[in-house]
Amino acid sequence: MPRLPKLPAPPLPPPLREPPPRPSENGKAGPLEEAKQAGITTVAWVDERTSLSGAARWMMFRKVPKGTNWFYTLGSATMFAFLSQAVTGVFLAMYYRPEPAGGAYESIRYITNDVFLGQFVRGMHKWGSSVMVVLVFMHMGRTFFFGAYKYPRELNWVIGVVLLILTMAMSFTGYLLPFDERAYWATIVGVNINGTGPLIGPYLSDFLRGGSEIGATTLSRFYAIHMLLIPGLLAALIGAHLYLVAKLGTTAPPWKHSKKRAELRETEV
Amino acid sequence: MPDKRDKHKSKYTLDRGIPGAFEGETITRRRFMTGTAHTAGAVAAASFALPALGFALGPIFEHNTIRWETVGTVGEFSEDNYVPTVLTAVPGIGEAGKTTVYVRKHNDAIDTDIYDRDTPYIAISDRCVHLGCPVRWVDAAERFICPCHGGVYDLLGKPVAGPPVRPLDRFYTRVSGENVEVGPRFSVNSQLRRFSPRDPGEPLDGIGQYFYPSRPDARK
Repeated sequence: MPRLPKLPAPPLPPPLREPPPRPSENGKAGPLEEAKQAGITTVAWVDERTSLSGAARWMMFRKVPKGTNWFYTLGSATMFAFLSQAVTGVFLAMYYRPEPAGGAYESIRYITNDVFLGQFVRGMHKWGSSVMVVLVFMHMGRTFFFGAYKYPRELNWVIGVVLLILTMAMSFTGYLLPFDERAYWATIVGVNINGTGPLIGPYLSDFLRGGSEIGATTLSRFYAIHMLLIPGLLAALIGAHLYLVAKLGTTAPPWKHSKKRAELRETEV
Repeated sequence: MPDKRDKHKSKYTLDRGIPGAFEGETITRRRFMTGTAHTAGAVAAASFALPALGFALGPIFEHNTIRWETVGTVGEFSEDNYVPTVLTAVPGIGEAGKTTVYVRKHNDAIDTDIYDRDTPYIAISDRCVHLGCPVRWVDAAERFICPCHGGVYDLLGKPVAGPPVRPLDRFYTRVSGENVEVGPRFSVNSQLRRFSPRDPGEPLDGIGQYFYPSRPDARK
C-alpha cells in the first residue's frame, strides 16, 4: 500500500487550543526565549525597583480634548529645538575655546573649516537658535489665542514666560561666542541697552561684562552663562512645564467652547 | 488622687503637652533640634553660595588701575583737526581690547568751557554715547558720525543729531617731555561738566547722574 501524505490536522477553535508554554510553567525557558524576552525582562527589572512605568504611562497616555490639532505640537517642537541645541552645543564645546585674544575666533574657524561635519553641527546650532526663538513665540501665540493660559494654567504661563526670557538670554550670550566683529559690537550694543535701565542698569552692565570694559572675563563669563547656568535652568523649568501640562491636561480649542455656549443660550431662553 | 507630676509641669509647656518638660524650659527639644538642623543647613548652603555670588558680582566693585599711555609727540597734533590714535583699553586681549581716541591740541577759540581751560590736549573717545558703536571723525563735515543709529556730534563732541544723550566721553591728557599721554576716561554733561565715567545711553543732565550711578571705584 502506497504511503499517502499525512494531512494536517484541522485547526482547533481557540478555546480548545493548548496555551503557549509560559516560561514559568515550563520550568526553564530556552535561551532563545530568554533572548526574545530580554527587553521586557530589563524593563520589568527596572520597573520592579522604581515603579517608573506608572509615571511613564501617566505622562504619555493622557486623554486629550476633542479638536486637538497640529497647533498643539508647537510646544514639543520647541522642546525638540531645545534638545537639538543642547546636543549640538555639547559637541561644539569639545572644540570651542573662550579666549578673546584670537583663540575663540580661531576655534570657530577651525570648527567651520576643518572639523569633519563641523560646519553642519555649527550650522545646526546657529540656525537652530533662530528656529527655537520662532517656535517659542509661535507656541506662546497658540497658548494666548486658544486661551490656554487661563485658570488653572496660569502658573504654566508664568513658567513659560521665564522660559522665553531664558531663551532670549541664551541667544544674547551665544551671540558673543564667535568673537568676530559682529559678535563684539552686537554685544556692546546689547550690554549698553541693559545699562539704560535706571539705578540698577549700570551695575547690570558691569555684571555682564565682568568689569567696566568688554574684556577677557566677558567672554568666559558669557560662555559659562550660555552653556552651564541657563541650560540648567531651562532644563529644570521645561521639566516643571511638562509636569504641569500632564497634570492639568490640555485645553480644547476655543471654537469647541463657543459651540457649547450657543446650545446653552438656546435652552436658557 | 492627683498626679504627682502635675505640680512639676512647666507653665511654659503646659498647653503643649510636652512630657518631661522642666521648670523654665522655653523651647522644646524637638524645636531646638529642628532649628539647629536648619541653621546648620543654612550655614552650609551659604558657605558655597555667598562666595560664588561674590565671585560673580566682584567685578562691579573691582578697582581699575589708572594707566597713562603715550599716543604721540607734541608736534603731531593740531588745534583745529583731530588725529585718530589707538589706545589699549583692556590689555592682554589683543585687537579686541583696543579703542580709538581722537586727539587735538587745546584751542583757546573754541575750548572756552571753564573745565577745559587747563587741558593741554583734548582727547575724545570714539565710543558713541547712544549704545557704544565706534564714531568716526569726518573732516569735511567737521562732525563725529556714528555708523549704527545715526548719532552726529560736533567738533567739541556735543550731540547735534540722532539719539545720543550726552557729549562724547573724553580722556584726561598730560604732556610728559615731548610725549602726549592719555589717561583715564571721564564723561561730560551738555555743559561739558566732568563726571566719573558712565556707560553709553546714560544721560548726565538733570537727575540723570543720580539715575545712572558710576562704578563705585570710579567715584570722586
